Amino acid sequence: MKMQEIIKVLEAEVLYGSDTSIEIEAACGSDMMSDALAFVKHNGMLLTGLVNPQAIRTAEMLDMLCICFVRGKKPTEAMLDLAQECGVMVISTAHRMFTACGLLYEAGLRGGND
Amino acid sequence: MGAVKQRYEVPSDDFTRAGEASGKVKALLKQLGFNPDVIRRVSIAMYEAEINMVIHANGGHAEVTVSPDKIELLLQDTGPGIADIEQAMQEGYSTAPDDVRALGFGAGMGLPNIKKYTDDMHIESQLGVGTKIYMTVCAKSSMNPS
Repeated sequence: MKMQEIIKVLEAEVLYGSDTSIEIEAACGSDMMSDALAFVKHNGMLLTGLVNPQAIRTAEMLDMLCICFVRGKKPTEAMLDLAQECGVMVISTAHRMFTACGLLYEAGLRGGND
Repeated sequence: MGAVKQRYEVPSDDFTRAGEASGKVKALLKQLGFNPDVIRRVSIAMYEAEINMVIHANGGHAEVTVSPDKIELLLQDTGPGIADIEQAMQEGYSTAPDDVRALGFGAGMGLPNIKKYTDDMHIESQLGVGTKIYMTVCAKSSMNPS
């Protein structure tokens, strides 16, 4: 799914990154980073309610293309600097985790195992 | 290419900086032209071990030896040690306190993830002395994302 569609579906605000033509192939939703780290997918994105630098680091280690903060949470400037350093797009949606994941699933994005 | 050896300190008192050493190793391996899958496996395994060090052991250091055919990592701390390594290797088992869970860790997946992403790992630990985790990722092996 194109990033531009994901942004539209989640009614998300883009906080870092401008290339909305990138293709996301799978998504993972978790507030526990080690659960996310068990998930290796090509061109993935992470949805999380965890707002600390380790969320960005986790996306970096997994080569994820995007991280989406749910429930309208916003990262700090230091986290956005880290995202820039790691090349990870950052968006934020007002939807809660369950709803955000459901909206993306309904729109056709999958977890990578189905 | 001969072996490249690097040493990284893992700070004890700053959770926000945990992962910096793994980020540097990732950048080094990219610079050396390793396969992205190999780089990702090394990065995840080292990151998990680095986080463990910060959570449980007040930091430590990492020694990374990069050869053309494999990447070897040793993460060493002088923390409390692991009482039961077999139990610690089980998915979901964690001794992390609630404040660590609030930071997104302590799901009991750290050591199982390290095992999953490496070709070889072993742990030496002594209570009250510290822990050493040895990890090897072969440059030729790969793990296909599911």
